[in-house]
Amino acid sequence: MSAQAPYIGRSVERKEDYRFITGSGTYTDDIVLPHQAYACFLRSPHAHAAIRAIDTAAASAAPGVLAVYTARDLAGIGGLPCGWLIHSIDGSPMKEPKHPVLAEGKVRHVGDPLALVVAESAREAKAAAALIEVDYDVLPPVVDTASAASSAVAVHAEAPDNVCFTWGIGDGAAVDAAFSGAAHVTRFSFANNRLIPNAIEPRAANAQYSPASDSYTLYVTSQNPHVARLLMAAFVLGIPEHKLRVVAPDVGGGFGSKIYVYPEETALVWASRRVGRPIKWTAERSESFLSDAHGRDHVTTAELALDADGKFLALRVDTTANMGAYLSTFAPCIPTILHATLLAGQYATPHIHCKVRAVFTNTAPVDAYRGAGRPEATYLLERIVELAARELGLDPVELRRRNFIRAFPYATPVGLTYDTGDYEATLERALELADVRGFAARRRASEQRGLRRGIGYACYIEACGIAPSNIAGRLGARAGLFEAAELRVHPTGKVTVFTGSHSHGQGHETTFAQVVADRLGIALEDVEIEHGDTGKVLFGMGTYGSRSLAVGGSAIVKAADKIVAKGRKIAAHLLEAGEEDVQFSQGAFRVAGTDRVKTFAEVALAAYVPHHYPLETLEPGLNENAFYDPANFTFPAGTYVCEVEVDPQTGRTRIERFTACDDFGNVVNPMIVEGQVHGGLAQGIGQALLESCHYNEDGQLLTGSFVDYAMPRADDLPDFIVETVRGTPCTHNPLGAKGCGEAGAIGSPPAVINAIVDALAPLGVRDVQMPATPYRLWQTLQAARR
Amino acid sequence: MTQLAYHRPVSAAEAARLAAGDPEAKLLAGGQSIVPSLKLGLLAPSALIDLAGIPELRGIRLQGRTLTVGAMTTHAAVAASPEVRSSIPALARLAEGIGDRQVRNRGTAGGSLANSDPAADYPAAALALGAVLRTTRRPIPADAFFKGLFETALEPGELLTAMEFPVPDRAAYVKLPQPASRFALVGVFLAQTGGAVRVAVTGAAPCVFRVREMEEALARRFAPESLAGIGLAADGLSSDIHGSAAYRAHLIPVLARQAVAQALG
Ligand SMILES: Cc1cc2nc3c(=O)[nH]c(=O)nc-3n(C[C@H](O)[C@H](O)[C@H](O)COP(=O)(O)OP(=O)(O)OC[C@H]3O[C@@H](n4cnc5c(N)ncnc54)[C@H](O)[C@@H]3O)c2cc1C
Repeated sequence: MSAQAPYIGRSVERKEDYRFITGSGTYTDDIVLPHQAYACFLRSPHAHAAIRAIDTAAASAAPGVLAVYTARDLAGIGGLPCGWLIHSIDGSPMKEPKHPVLAEGKVRHVGDPLALVVAESAREAKAAAALIEVDYDVLPPVVDTASAASSAVAVHAEAPDNVCFTWGIGDGAAVDAAFSGAAHVTRFSFANNRLIPNAIEPRAANAQYSPASDSYTLYVTSQNPHVARLLMAAFVLGIPEHKLRVVAPDVGGGFGSKIYVYPEETALVWASRRVGRPIKWTAERSESFLSDAHGRDHVTTAELALDADGKFLALRVDTTANMGAYLSTFAPCIPTILHATLLAGQYATPHIHCKVRAVFTNTAPVDAYRGAGRPEATYLLERIVELAARELGLDPVELRRRNFIRAFPYATPVGLTYDTGDYEATLERALELADVRGFAARRRASEQRGLRRGIGYACYIEACGIAPSNIAGRLGARAGLFEAAELRVHPTGKVTVFTGSHSHGQGHETTFAQVVADRLGIALEDVEIEHGDTGKVLFGMGTYGSRSLAVGGSAIVKAADKIVAKGRKIAAHLLEAGEEDVQFSQGAFRVAGTDRVKTFAEVALAAYVPHHYPLETLEPGLNENAFYDPANFTFPAGTYVCEVEVDPQTGRTRIERFTACDDFGNVVNPMIVEGQVHGGLAQGIGQALLESCHYNEDGQLLTGSFVDYAMPRADDLPDFIVETVRGTPCTHNPLGAKGCGEAGAIGSPPAVINAIVDALAPLGVRDVQMPATPYRLWQTLQAARR
Repeated sequence: MTQLAYHRPVSAAEAARLAAGDPEAKLLAGGQSIVPSLKLGLLAPSALIDLAGIPELRGIRLQGRTLTVGAMTTHAAVAASPEVRSSIPALARLAEGIGDRQVRNRGTAGGSLANSDPAADYPAAALALGAVLRTTRRPIPADAFFKGLFETALEPGELLTAMEFPVPDRAAYVKLPQPASRFALVGVFLAQTGGAVRVAVTGAAPCVFRVREMEEALARRFAPESLAGIGLAADGLSSDIHGSAAYRAHLIPVLARQAVAQALG
C-alpha cells in the first residue's frame, strides 16, 4: 500500500456542492407528502394590543379550508421554553413570561401569530386568513431599547418595568478602585444596531402524524433537530420524545436564526394530528422579516481606565439588551454569558465589571445571530481602545501591543481561561498583508482627489466550541452542550458517519469526511456523513457558536479511535499476534517489526463475517458511538485591518482593502475556512455599513423588506485578503481546532468603523454609529462642524 | 380568491383597445414594478395586458440627432446598445445602473417612465434630455409628461410606444443609490445641447423636476464652479429613514457638480 497524503490541511472540493449547484438538494419546502395540506398564520398588524375577540367563522367556511385554530384550541399546550436561566444580581430568577404558541389575550409584536389556518393549498390558507376578524384594543407599545425600563407600559404583567433581569459579572469594587487611581479614562456610548438575519432559505416546516405508529415526523429548517425535538416533546406538546422524529434536511443558511424552537413548527406538529393530514408552511420573505429572531440590539456605555503608560487598569460596562417581546430559546445567554465574558478581548485588563439589563419590548424576539454577543463585546472593546489611543495621542497598534496577553493559560477577570494564543503573530502578519507602511502615501493620493482615507484595526477574540456542560450548567444552561457521533463501518470497509452537528452551509460533509478518512487511513470517497435526522443520528446538540469541528469533530475522532481500538483486537486475532504488538497506521494493522498486515477493509469484513473471530471475548460488528464534552471553550483570535475611502461630500464609504489574519488553530480544509471568513466579513461589513432594523414609534417595522433593509452585495465588498496563520492549536481537543464560522462577523464591524473614524477625525469626528450609511456620515459631519 | 384575466395582444393598437375597454385592466411590461405590487396586494386589477408580444414596441434606432427607444426595450438592451453608447453614453450607463441583472433583463424603459416612480432613474434622463414620449395617441414632451407621484400625462387606454431622445453634446448622470433598494436617493441627470443646459433631479421629491437656476448658470459657463453658491431649499423634498429632506437638498448640488465634471470627461 502506498502512503496516502493526509486529507487534513488540503482544500478538498466540497462533496455537497454537486447537489447544491445542480439544484438537486432537498430543502424542507421541496418535501411534499401524500395528502399534503398547507398552513398560513394570521399575524398581528399591531405591536401591542389586547385581543377582545377573534371571529373565525368566515375563514372556516372559505374554500379549501380544513381547520382554523387559535389560542383557545391550544389550551393545555405549554409555552415555548427558554433554554437558559439567568439570575439577577439580587439573586432572583429572570422574568420568564409565557411565550404562547399562538397569542393568548394579547399580541406583543407586529407579526405575532394568533391564528393558524390549514387548507388544501397555501393560497387558500392565505385567502382564508384574511377573512379572520380580530377585535383589537390597541395599546401603546414599548419599542425603544434604552427607555424600555422607564416606560409606563408593560409588555408583560410579570415584568411591570419591562426588565427581564439585571445581571452582573466581575469585581465592581476592584474596578471602582482602579478607576479612582487612573491617569486617563476613556468613555464611549453607542448602540449596537439591530439586525435581521435573512437566511436565503426562509423558515419552513412540514409536520405529519402517523396513526399507525401514533408518532409524528417534523421536517423543519433547523440547525439542531435533536434540541428541537427535546424542547418540543418534553416542554410544549407532551409528545413522548421517541414518538417525534425531527428531520432538518438541506437547510439554506441559518446564522443562528434556525437554532430556536418557533411557534410555527410547534403549531404544525400539534395540528397535524387534529387535521389528520401532513401540514406544510413556508415563510414568505416578509414573514421572515417579522418573525425570525433578530440579532444584536444593545445600548451600551463603556469606560476604560488607563495608567500613564497606556496600560489598561479596568473596564466598566453597562449595557441594555433588547430581548424583544418574548424570550427566544437562548436569548438570555447572549448578552450575558456570550458577551460579558468576552470583554477582556486580547488584553490583560486586570479588572472588569459588566452589568447587563435585559428588557422586553414590543418587537420581534432577539436571540443569537452569527457571533452572538461576541460581536457586541468586540465592537465595544475595539472601539474604546481606538478612542483611548486617539485621546492619548498613541498609535492604536502600539496601545494594543502594550496590553496584549502574552502568557497562557490566562484567566480573565470575567470567568474564562484562554488556553493558548499568540496575538502578536496575527497582528504582525496582518500589518504586513495590509501594507500599512504604504498607507500614508495612499492617504495623500485620496486627499488629492478630495476624498478622505482612513485605516482601522480590530484585534478580536471569541469563545467558541460551546461548552463544557458542567460550566454551562453553572451559568444557567438548561441543556448539555456536548456533541455525539456514531461511526458505522460497513463490511466492505466503507464508513457512514452520523453526527449531531448539522450542516447548513458549513461543509461538514467534506470536512468531517477528511477527518475520518485520515483517522482510518481510507479514501475520502469511502466516507459518507449523515446529519440532521433524529431518526438516524443518535443524538446531537447542533450547530452554532462555531462548535461543529471543535466539538462535533472531536466526538467523531473519539468514535474513530474506538473503531481503531476494536480493529486492533480483531487484527491481533487474525494476525495471531498480541494486541499490544499490532500497530495501526495508513489504513492498515501491522505486527510491529514484521511484514504481517491486515487492511482496514479486511478487518471490517472479519467483523461482519466472524468465521475466524474471537467470539468468546469480542462482539462481532464494527460500529462505535462517542459523546464528546469539551474541557474548555476554544479561543480563536486574529487581527483585521480595514482601509476605507470616504467622500465627505456625499458621505459615501468605499472599502478599499480588507485584511483578515486569523488563528483558528489547526485547519482541516483551508478553502472552506476561507469561505467562512469571507461570509463572516460580508455580514460584519453589512452590519457596519448597511444593515439596520428600524421600528417606528408605533412598533411598525419600517425595514420590512429588501427595499429598505440593506443587505451587503458583492459590489459593496473589496477583494478580501484572508490568511490563517500557522497559529496556536487548541490545547484540549484532539483536532487542535478552534472554530472559524463567526470570526469574520465578530472582528470586522469595529475595524470598519475605526477606519471611517480615522478618515474623518481631521474633520472633528470622534465616533460614528452603525450602520455608517452615507446619510449617517453626512449627519455626523454636520454635527462635527457645529 | 381574486381572478385575473390575461391578454397578450400582438399590436399596440390592439393593446390600446383592450386597455380602453377595461378601465380596471393594467398593462404589463417587464413586470418589475407591477408584479411586486400585485404580490403585496397593493394592486388588484381585473386583467393584465401583456405587451411582451408586440414587436413594434421594441428596438433602438439612431437617426441623425435623434435616438428612438421603443417602450418595451429592456434596460439591459439599452445598456448594451452600440447606438446608445455612441450617441448618449450617459443613458447607457444609467440603464446599466438599474437594479440587478435580472431586473435589467426584464424591466423596460417604457415601464419605468409610465410608472413614474419618484426614485426611478429613467425619468431624470427623459426630462434632462428633453425627450418626446410617443404614445398610441400623441407625442408628449417630457416637460408635460411627469405629473406627480406615480402620475403621468398618460390617459386611461393610452400606451407609451417609444421615446425620442435628442442627442446632446454632453450629458452625465450621477446617482447616490438608496443603500437597500439602490433606486436613486438622489440622481442628477444633466445635458448640454448647443447653448442650452437641462438639469433634472430624481429621488429627491415626489416627482422628477428641473433646476432652472443650475441650468442658467451652466448655460453661461459649463463648469463645476458655475454651481458654486447654488443651494436648494429642503422644503418640499422627500424625507425618510434613508435621508432627510436637508440631506437630499445638500446632495443635489454635490451630485450636479460631479455630473458636470463627468460630462466634461
Ligand atoms: C429589485 C429591483 C430593483 C430595481 N432597481 C431600480 C433602480 O435602481 N432604478 C430604477 O429606476 N428602477 C429600478 N427598478 C424598477 C425597474 O426599473 C422596473 O423595471 C421599472 O420601474 C418598471 O418597468 P417594467 O417594464 O418592469 O414595468 P411593469 O412593472 O410591467 O409596469 C410598470 C407600470 O407601468 C405601466 N406600463 C408599462 N408599460 C407601459 C406602456 N408601454 N404604456 C403605458 N403604461 C405602461 C404598467 O401598467 C404599470 O403600471 C427595480 C425593480 C426591482 C424589482
